[in-house]
Amino acid sequence: MEIYQIYSMTSAVLFVIGMGGVFMSKHFIKKIIATIIMGGGVFLAFVSFAQRDALSFADPVPHALVITGIVVAVASAAFALALARRIFQLTGEESFTNDK
Amino acid sequence: MTDLPTSPYPALLVGLPVMMAILSLFFRPRGKAFLGLIGCLLTAVLAIFAFVEVTQLGTVIHRLGGWEPPLGILLRMDALAAVFIGMTALVGALISLYAWRYFDAQDTSTDGFPLFWPLWLFLWAGLNGLFLSNDLFNLFVTLEVIGISAVALAVLSGKAGALVSGLRYLLAAITGSMSYLFGVALIYGSTGTLDLEMLGQVLEAGPATTFALLVMTLGLMIKMAGFPFHFWLPPAHSNSLAPVSALLSALVVKGAFYILLRLWMEVFGVSLTYAAGQLIGVAGAIAVIWGSWQAFMQTSLKLIVAHSSVAQLGYLLMVFPLLILPSGVSAASADWLSPAWTASVYQVLSHAFAKASFFLSAGIIVMAVGHDRIESLRDLVGHMRMTALAIGLAGVSLIGLPPSGGFMGKWMLLKGIFLSGQWWWAPVVLVGSLLTAGYIFMLLRLAFAPTGEKEPFQPVPKRLEVFALLLAVSSFLIVLPADYLIQFLEGSEVFGSGIETVLKGGAYGNN
Repeated sequence: MEIYQIYSMTSAVLFVIGMGGVFMSKHFIKKIIATIIMGGGVFLAFVSFAQRDALSFADPVPHALVITGIVVAVASAAFALALARRIFQLTGEESFTNDK
Repeated sequence: MTDLPTSPYPALLVGLPVMMAILSLFFRPRGKAFLGLIGCLLTAVLAIFAFVEVTQLGTVIHRLGGWEPPLGILLRMDALAAVFIGMTALVGALISLYAWRYFDAQDTSTDGFPLFWPLWLFLWAGLNGLFLSNDLFNLFVTLEVIGISAVALAVLSGKAGALVSGLRYLLAAITGSMSYLFGVALIYGSTGTLDLEMLGQVLEAGPATTFALLVMTLGLMIKMAGFPFHFWLPPAHSNSLAPVSALLSALVVKGAFYILLRLWMEVFGVSLTYAAGQLIGVAGAIAVIWGSWQAFMQTSLKLIVAHSSVAQLGYLLMVFPLLILPSGVSAASADWLSPAWTASVYQVLSHAFAKASFFLSAGIIVMAVGHDRIESLRDLVGHMRMTALAIGLAGVSLIGLPPSGGFMGKWMLLKGIFLSGQWWWAPVVLVGSLLTAGYIFMLLRLAFAPTGEKEPFQPVPKRLEVFALLLAVSSFLIVLPADYLIQFLEGSEVFGSGIETVLKGGAYGNN
């Protein structure tokens, strides 16, 4: 098995773990961490595809895309954490209730 | 691609709102609002000019910074993009004017929510960028700009309820865009390009493409609140301030639909199967019935309007099964394609105008009565005739009675359904309209009902009522240029571009 295949498979596993976490957990922080794990999977997928058959060097485009993606993911995670913190301050709740 | 006429408009449509947004951040609250309103009106005027240019020159492009793709970013404005940008401009300008007066009339304990303006301008730049983007990754970036500014707008009131639904919205948005991005990675890994036009030609059917289609569709379905991922929409839309609810339901969810339409029609032709189309159609059909039924069961006005969005977005999903050709049918002989997808565009337009008007009217009623339980509508006709008329007109457009824009959309959808022989979608459209009529008439019955002792209606600025009514009337006026607009969209010989040429070229379908 080639190295990039290991990376690709790991990325798929991470993506699925994250997706499952987002839908199945109720706690704010757990959900946010799950989206970050999902993001990690996606970025790993990009990087693992950088090894292309015709090239002897790594394709730079996926790396540029991943940098942008990471910036966006960090910003969204920070925003989500800020919201979660504010909700905790206002109401003391730390997870979604079932009624909605 | 590169021999198309160049125009500065695509760059300005994204650049101007961003610059105005950043500029307004340096000013005090009053200055923020003033600069924001100016920025909104300028962007709207610019969008109208750009629309006119596309009607004259056909598809126009812009290379950012003069760099040629694939290194540079190319913005493309074709007929479909022009219609969506024009819609954003008209709806956005009216909501901005309403917002200016609305925040002014808030009591002094709030600071008039000055951050609404930069956030709304960022959102507008994101929407314009999304409609103009020509590659998969740009679409991701614009989706994120839209998602983050939309959530920030939704939590603007700072109330705990709004924050919780805002967090739910944000998590759904992040999950949706990560899922979409995973698809982008797979596509790039298998083809080495992100350009939509190029992908339409080089993409080959295979497990990777099918999986990419699956995760991208999944992500976009979450973003546009397609059934069964609609859970975040009603709380998020009903808990935000009135102008924000209007923006979120009229414009933001349409962005994800626009990408879905482009991807299914231009890119993924090779791996679409009849079953995939039926599946997404079933999701749309359930959304229509379920959303309308839920709206019927609500007791708060804003929740009715929000659940009705879920149903109206379902109609959009029901277009997709019609766009996939059964094997053995060539695109040239499939005469239902053009009514089907122009129906979806008309549905988008009429829903944008009608739903914006509906949410703005709900805002007026909350302002006048202080709560949004549906009893607040009692005797509305006696006190606020204009708002009652706006709710009535917007409701008629949502039901789809002639001569509203909603009628055009649903009638063409039915035409497409019958021409394609997929008759089983027709009852869904009819039952959906019937249920919509149910909750609209329930509201109107209350509006006409006189009361003995009346909760006092507080005076509301007349101008707010005028803007809500203008939006409702617009949802009827869009029928007038229908002939012209459909021809424009179909890219007839006058305009020589658009999706129809791709379809007619036979590079699409399972045959």
